[in-house]
Amino acid sequence: MTEIQEIFDLYDSMERKNIMLSFKGDMSTDLLTSILQLIENKLDRFGESPKVKKRMFNILVECLQNLHHHIDIPRNINSENTPSIIVMVAKNVTGYSIITGNFIFEDNADVLKSRLEEINAMSKDEIKQLYKSVLADGKMSEKGGGGLGMIDIARRSGEKLDFGFVPFENGSSFFSLNVKVKQD
Amino acid sequence: MESIKIEGSPKTPTVEFDKDGGVLAIKGRSIPENSIDFYKPLIGWIDAYALQPKEETVIHMQLEYFNTSSSKCILDVFKKLENIKKAGKTVRVKWHYEEDDEDMLEAGEDYDAIIDLDFEMIKEEEF
Repeated sequence: MTEIQEIFDLYDSMERKNIMLSFKGDMSTDLLTSILQLIENKLDRFGESPKVKKRMFNILVECLQNLHHHIDIPRNINSENTPSIIVMVAKNVTGYSIITGNFIFEDNADVLKSRLEEINAMSKDEIKQLYKSVLADGKMSEKGGGGLGMIDIARRSGEKLDFGFVPFENGSSFFSLNVKVKQD
Repeated sequence: MESIKIEGSPKTPTVEFDKDGGVLAIKGRSIPENSIDFYKPLIGWIDAYALQPKEETVIHMQLEYFNTSSSKCILDVFKKLENIKKAGKTVRVKWHYEEDDEDMLEAGEDYDAIIDLDFEMIKEEEF
């Protein structure tokens, strides 16, 4: 396969999956702001309902800020380069998908995995109660989140969180999350 | 202490604190990456105001979006205001939400359940 053909194939595969936006590279505050703006404008152009627009925006903020705060850098991945993240937003028949991927240390992956499994085992009402109790306990991480991000994402999505870990070298894993946002 | 006005930005809300009228308004978007940096001064002003509060203090919360990083800080703002109520003054929270924004209404109800202040949910057509 020629390189030129590969470029088209990559485009074509994304097009078939109705990817509205795709980014692979370094996460930064500027990128975060730009992605939010792009998606907000796009949803406006689609004439999306205010409710779905708000839900998408809120979930995207949490997903992107998770990437911004919680990325772990695998030792000796491509030397001095910071590891990339991936973000995609896709449109499908029932609504949208917000997809993220980032490296995480295996120890952190274990904690994250059990937390996500715990959330997925809960009913909508239990998630709401969990959100309230974590909010009320007053604890705050140094970045201010205090463990509410994933609970908020699950609560707003109303769907089970689709996630997985792919083992990578040197004690790290690649964590992928697919959050579904349904249209009414 | 002085009255305060902070202009909003794409990631931070407009904050108006009229100390003579006893009115605090937080409006717009609150989605900064580090919300502690943004809310710390505000919490300081409320502490200063709490030394000589008005008989009645009214807080208008009119948020379009807020992230989870802001939600704990907003809780801290309410906790400071709870102390003013404990000192025997009246504190009212007016939680504004857009009519199609059930999530924002629920967020207001969450705070109402956690915080001992009088909350009023105010439905608006659009901000």
